[in-house]
Amino acid sequence: METQIIKFYQTGSFAVGNRLLDESQRSVQANMRRSNSLNSGHRACQGCGEALGARYAIDAAMQATSNQLIAVNATGCLEVFSTPYPETSWQLPWIHSLFGNAAAVATGVAAAMRVKGRQDVRVIAQGGDGGTTDIGFGCLSGMFERNDDVLYICYDNEGYMNTGVQRSSATPPAARTSTTAAIGEEPGNGFGQGKFVPAIAMAHEIPYVATASVAYLRDLEAKVHRAMSLRGARYLHIFVPCPLGWGAASEDTIRLARLVVETGLFPLFEAEHGEVTGRYQIRHRVPVEEYLRLQKRYSHLLGKRPAVATIARIQAMAERNIRRYGLLGEEA
Amino acid sequence: MLKQIEGSHAVAEAVSLCRPEVICAYPISPQTHIVEALGEMVKSGELDRCEFINVESEFAAMSVAIGASAAGARTYTATASQGLLFMAEAVYNAAGLGLPIVMTDANRAIGAPINIWNDHSDALSMRDSGWIQLFAETNQEALDLHILAFRLAEELSLPVMVCMDGFILTHAYERVDMPTQQQVDRFLPPYEPRQVLDPREPVSIGAMVGPEAFSEVRYLAHAKQLQALERIPVLAGEFSTIFGRESGRLVHRYRTEDAETVVIAMGSVMGTIKDVVDEMRASGVSIGALGICSYRPAPLAVIRETVKGARRVVVLEKSLAVGLGGILATDVRMALSGLHLHGYTVIAGLGGRPILKSSLHALFERAGRDELEHVTFLDLNWDVVNRVLERERTTRRSGSIAENVLRDVGVPTASGV
Repeated sequence: METQIIKFYQTGSFAVGNRLLDESQRSVQANMRRSNSLNSGHRACQGCGEALGARYAIDAAMQATSNQLIAVNATGCLEVFSTPYPETSWQLPWIHSLFGNAAAVATGVAAAMRVKGRQDVRVIAQGGDGGTTDIGFGCLSGMFERNDDVLYICYDNEGYMNTGVQRSSATPPAARTSTTAAIGEEPGNGFGQGKFVPAIAMAHEIPYVATASVAYLRDLEAKVHRAMSLRGARYLHIFVPCPLGWGAASEDTIRLARLVVETGLFPLFEAEHGEVTGRYQIRHRVPVEEYLRLQKRYSHLLGKRPAVATIARIQAMAERNIRRYGLLGEEA
Repeated sequence: MLKQIEGSHAVAEAVSLCRPEVICAYPISPQTHIVEALGEMVKSGELDRCEFINVESEFAAMSVAIGASAAGARTYTATASQGLLFMAEAVYNAAGLGLPIVMTDANRAIGAPINIWNDHSDALSMRDSGWIQLFAETNQEALDLHILAFRLAEELSLPVMVCMDGFILTHAYERVDMPTQQQVDRFLPPYEPRQVLDPREPVSIGAMVGPEAFSEVRYLAHAKQLQALERIPVLAGEFSTIFGRESGRLVHRYRTEDAETVVIAMGSVMGTIKDVVDEMRASGVSIGALGICSYRPAPLAVIRETVKGARRVVVLEKSLAVGLGGILATDVRMALSGLHLHGYTVIAGLGGRPILKSSLHALFERAGRDELEHVTFLDLNWDVVNRVLERERTTRRSGSIAENVLRDVGVPTASGV
């Protein structure tokens, strides 16, 4: 019998096209009955990675919980663009309290649900990288340590975008922000600083920690489903490009979210109780320059006189991630 | 039932009788005994259907309370001093969101220099946060105010802070009349929120409001406090019907009828003041006292009505508006507009400095002769103050003021002994 190899991949990626799959195997986003938790009409910028990330994650969480979900939101872009009263894009119960307390507020909501015997109702907290890795870090660590029944989702766009693109502890080295100007001896953000909160979350030995990127929809949805199948403190760190803050084209959001993974700069993995249980292996390995080139925040590295040494340091960071998390697949 | 117990335990028992559903606890003296006792009650099962959460900071304590309350749970926490300041952002937020959280503030000074003893600086720093703030004179009142607080908070959808003097009340073993569960249940119906996080009825809570509506929202916060001004006496009346005693009114008047001098104060110092009033009355001095129970809302009309026939008002407060004078005194002044009487501010009892009857006698006598300064610091050691000022004037590297004061007052130090 004659056989033919059929590639299910979408152009430019290894994602399987939905239309080629059985309906039960399609992504939540391809499902006509998805909750559309973050409804259209909000005020996010064109190409906003966070808006995508939030809709993907919350729709998946809604599906996993049969819509029995409450969301707590830190102050930030997501809060501002989704809700100025009397309008709201949220199709689920949602509360915003402060910048630095989303994890603690979520603990309170979860406690109320438990005491009222509504354990079917699940709680997620969400915030940007500033609200998570900086100002909200104390509350986040407290929630982790107590193993409260909350999924915390960090939408990481590597800076304080809502206030005008300032540096956060998630801003990568060499990146230009409005508080790390591309001037002086070490232009942009310094090397040897910052923190990778997924690793810190793992150190709390909580039931589940994962990273995701908006370019890998099915992976992201699968991680949300896994997270919602568990009880206790869970953490999902989603990489979400910011066209405005990064000086990138709106149509490049998904490309950047893919390149950051394919370069090794952002490892995709999952961990349970402090141990890595799964990793996304790179199949089209690309040099970091391809990723940097699409963003004005790195333009000082790539002009007529490229900052070869700095680019090499960034490449070394990618190599370290590849080594540390074992990211090299067979086809790389 | 009559009991001889510590103030903190009395409060813990009263809170427990209110059937709280979520309690968040973070330790800070002198509030700790309250949450310790509640933690024990939850763990032993004596207080059931209640989540007791050990949080990592006061900011988290109030934030957890916000989440729990917004999800419809009756919520309680306690704090003091630096803790109240650390949670300040969330304190304002809870009021803005209209969440009926009840919190005890075991009143304590604010540093630096660090000081664990009693004054009212902590609570008064939150005076504009939108919380109702009630001050207890006695342990019985502290206990009663918590029951009243839950009722008032939930009726108005506003948080209530019950303020009780740290150590003086929290750590004092006094006789209290502990109500029965049936009495409390009669007074306090189950919590029915105006708005709640519930997947059956999704709402967005806490979104942004712009200039087009912010003033109205803020006015309505003020209007709610004015409603509280009307509801507190009504609820206090209901309270006395069920519990058989007076507690939690707007103010407590003591021999103010026809008094030429009215002393105004808050909290446990009213006990000492009343003793002095009695003794001075016995020797023919026309003096009375007015204890403010409801600091916020400020009972301006009642204050005015009480003092309008007096010749002078002495506001004795355990707080200091640095660079101004009194905080309570400034508030009281709002009530006195147009009245022709002398107003004196006395700053007393800061950081746990005892307020002595002998000092009050001398003070009120000087007030009676209208010889008081506009602002008086009771029992201030002027020698020490002047020495520090002189040292600062003559020496650039004069060192720590706090340390120098202690050296000058002659407290033995490690190096000095």
